[in-house]
Amino acid sequence: MSEATIERGLNAFREQMNAPIASFFSSCVNCGMCAEACLFYTETGDPKYTPINKLEPFRRVWEQEYTLWGKLKSLLGMSKPVTDELLEEWEPLVYDACTLCGRCSMVCPVGNDISYMIRRAREGFVAAGYAPEGIKGASRRAITIGSPMGVKYPALAAQIKHIEADTGLTIPVDVEGVDYMALLSSMEIMNFPEYMEALARIFKQAGVTWTISSEAFEATNSGIQIGSSDIARELVNRVVVAADKLKVKYVISPECGHAYTAIRWEGPNLIGRPYNFKVVHILELLDELRASGRLKTEGMEDDRLTFHDPCQIVRKGGVLEPPRNLLNMVASNFVDMQDPREMNWCCGGGGGVSANERAEELRIKVFKRKKSQLDDLNVDTLVTACANCRLIIEEGLEEYRMEIPVVGLTEMIAEHLVDEKSE
Amino acid sequence: MAEELKRIGKTLGERLRERGVSRRGFLKFCSATASMMALPPAMVPAIAASLEKAKRPSVIWLSFQECTGCTESLTRSHSPSVENLIFDHISLDYHHTLQVASGAAAEAAREAAMHENEGKYIVVVDGSIPLGNPGYSVIAGISNLQMLEETVAGAAAVVAVGTCAAFGGLPQASPNPTGAVSVSDIVKDKPVVNVSGCPPIPTVITGVLAHFLTFGSLPELDSLGRPMVFFGKSIHDRCYRRPFYDKGLFAETFDDEGARKGWCLYRLGCKGPMTYNACATTKWNQGTSWPVESGHGCLGCSEPNFWDAGGFYNALSIPDSDITRQAAYVLGAGVALGAAAGAINRNKQSKAASAHETVTIDDLDKKS
Amino acid sequence: MDFLLWVRGPGFDIALVVFLIGILIRLLEVLILGRKPDYSEPRGAELGAGLRTVLTRTLPEQGSFKRSPFTVVGGYVWHIGFFITLFLFVPHIELINATIGLSWPGIASNLIDAVAAVTIVALLAMLFNRLSHPVKQFLSGPEDYLTWLVTFLPMLTGYLAYHRMIDPYPLVLGLHILSVELLMVVFPFTKLMHAFTFIIARWYNGAMAGRRGVQS
Repeated sequence: MSEATIERGLNAFREQMNAPIASFFSSCVNCGMCAEACLFYTETGDPKYTPINKLEPFRRVWEQEYTLWGKLKSLLGMSKPVTDELLEEWEPLVYDACTLCGRCSMVCPVGNDISYMIRRAREGFVAAGYAPEGIKGASRRAITIGSPMGVKYPALAAQIKHIEADTGLTIPVDVEGVDYMALLSSMEIMNFPEYMEALARIFKQAGVTWTISSEAFEATNSGIQIGSSDIARELVNRVVVAADKLKVKYVISPECGHAYTAIRWEGPNLIGRPYNFKVVHILELLDELRASGRLKTEGMEDDRLTFHDPCQIVRKGGVLEPPRNLLNMVASNFVDMQDPREMNWCCGGGGGVSANERAEELRIKVFKRKKSQLDDLNVDTLVTACANCRLIIEEGLEEYRMEIPVVGLTEMIAEHLVDEKSE
Repeated sequence: MAEELKRIGKTLGERLRERGVSRRGFLKFCSATASMMALPPAMVPAIAASLEKAKRPSVIWLSFQECTGCTESLTRSHSPSVENLIFDHISLDYHHTLQVASGAAAEAAREAAMHENEGKYIVVVDGSIPLGNPGYSVIAGISNLQMLEETVAGAAAVVAVGTCAAFGGLPQASPNPTGAVSVSDIVKDKPVVNVSGCPPIPTVITGVLAHFLTFGSLPELDSLGRPMVFFGKSIHDRCYRRPFYDKGLFAETFDDEGARKGWCLYRLGCKGPMTYNACATTKWNQGTSWPVESGHGCLGCSEPNFWDAGGFYNALSIPDSDITRQAAYVLGAGVALGAAAGAINRNKQSKAASAHETVTIDDLDKKS
Repeated sequence: MDFLLWVRGPGFDIALVVFLIGILIRLLEVLILGRKPDYSEPRGAELGAGLRTVLTRTLPEQGSFKRSPFTVVGGYVWHIGFFITLFLFVPHIELINATIGLSWPGIASNLIDAVAAVTIVALLAMLFNRLSHPVKQFLSGPEDYLTWLVTFLPMLTGYLAYHRMIDPYPLVLGLHILSVELLMVVFPFTKLMHAFTFIIARWYNGAMAGRRGVQS
């Protein structure tokens, strides 16, 4: 059995270096503006949470090994080495205090994509053995059991049976040759089974042929969160194999932020080739159905409601218009938060932070950012489209004793479906 | 001889009236002197009164390694002026170009003047002093250095006229074969006024003397020992072509459109910005013109080392190398070195990729 | 005068060679690293989005402006002031013209003088801010202060030279040129390189976001 070593970590840092990162490190002038875009700084006021500071170990590797001047400085003994101690000190900054939300990447005046660098820096941290226990555990469960929360297929089958019995709907499993293969996040299976029900109802009405794979139903990818491409590859590959086996045209990414990043944007690069199928986010699919008239709703919510843009789906996923198109279909009193869409503030639990028990106290603290956004609006309901955001927000609201129900957008649409029996 | 003594005893006022200069003309000169020396108009009567009563000071003029241009500048005014009269008024007891006496008689006059006016006479020097070998410049068997030292010993003040005396000038230009030095390099214990210029403006020389006559002291000097009133501002700051500089309008050659339109001569090497002198306001030849007005850039003749300032026709702040002709080689070297550095980086990157050991869930921990 | 002749002669040659070769090395060192092909299906085109970000990042995002107004305004003032004095002061244009043969109209020297004064004040304010702002102070190391110094010195010596506050003039002019040469020599080895690499960085940022359908 091999082990994590500092050498492996350093090697991973070297391997991750590329032109974008070199240009980012070359450009930073320590202006500190990224701090003001990061909820970990704005809510704590602690300068160590400045996004660019979280990259110091990676920056040192770049300077010392990828710049002529840095190499000279190293030769003259003028540079500080990257050691176990350094990585240990930085681990909480890289994992507990960054949700990979990418807000800093939107404001950097020289254009540094800081969250892109953090994602890659984590490759070095995990290879050197500096990842939080919580995410390590989730990764182990994902690889061995198939889901980070330890959900096995029988648990899913039970939920399916339950829904089918309750609603009389069919939830297809392992059906070959259909158009769509739906993925789920464990959270949806265990905490928000309404999502599956909503899918079944909407697809039935719209006439979408779909299935769930019993071999690869899990959409989440702990490998992306811990920052190991090797682990992420193995998890993505399960989905790819299943989709190819069922010969589907599309794979639907569920209401889960990082799952979308994993399967939509990182997946093909992890397996080193384009897919034989397309990946769509559930909101994209619903919006498409809306546009083509296959999604029919009735009635409007007249509650004052707002939408929390999940970072990975909106800012880093590009699913910008569908949530609002869909909301306008079913809500008459929709208001945007301050800093909406691609400038939205993170819930505080993305990027593996929610799986990292050590980070909980900090996470609750930085939730104040979302709290103050909500305080400004005084809404009755909060809608979102990410099971993780949903859970984190619910926890946060409870902590700060705010009574705002949190609803998944897909479910909300499903509730307004035209009842075909009554037609 | 009696006539001569009588003349010595006369005051400046008496002498000017004898020459037919009216009271009004005299006051006009006093006002001009006041404004030239940046003194308030209220000082005019005081200047007039002082000058009126001023006695002839004894002046000993020493000429060393020089071209006589400075003397020419003073004496070749084409019409008599109050300035010449001032010059006439001083008792020029020794000036080997102008005096009638020569040889031993001339040297005797110098010694007599020094003796009679001990501690009160003024020494004017033009030309630099060779230290390389005393034989390079000798007057009546006396080396320049020896003559300077012995003449200055009893002087009230020293006026170094011209850039050679003030800063070493042409004799000192690289490679300075005679080892020429300036007056102030030798004279350390007497006040030295540098009236630099090649040659200096006559008015400036008389102005300094007028100041001495009026106040019995030397005028305020700049860091190079030059009278502030004349050398306080640069040619550039007082140049009538300055607006063209500010607008970026430059003559490119001496006969182009810009030159004809009187545009700035900066590109043609004008040293106006680094040169401090009064040419732009006082002008030359009774205010007729001055170099820039006649179409040529300032050479910077009143500044130290002006001969060696990198070429009269090279613009002041512009690099005077031909590096740009080597630009292709520099860029080529940069690209080659950059490509090499890039290749090293690429190599490191791919080495790291091949050294990659797959991270599995079994090696997330460190063994410790 | 010998000093002025040196800085304007060999000194300038050395600085220019270090500056040019250094910049080329740094740029190629970055660019040759490249990046792996992206196999994900693009939602948008990289090129246009990248180029747009190169331009749009010049303006601050609204929320950031509200949260760090001093950094934004101070940054604008001194950068713009620096470029105005660098590229619109007549002797500088002359120098560029003599070096690379390009020329353009300058603006009145007294206007440049005012701009330079504002720039110097802004730079001092930025330094003060760096020393007192908790984040900037925390992030800053010797390199940040070195780059500030070598940026500040040409402004200061230029101002002193223009006003002839140091005698003799060739000395202060020489000091000014020397300070610029110092800036040129330090430039490729420090974060001053951002003056070039920010274009690459912004482009990658915009391109990678644009591929995902977001204009960053």
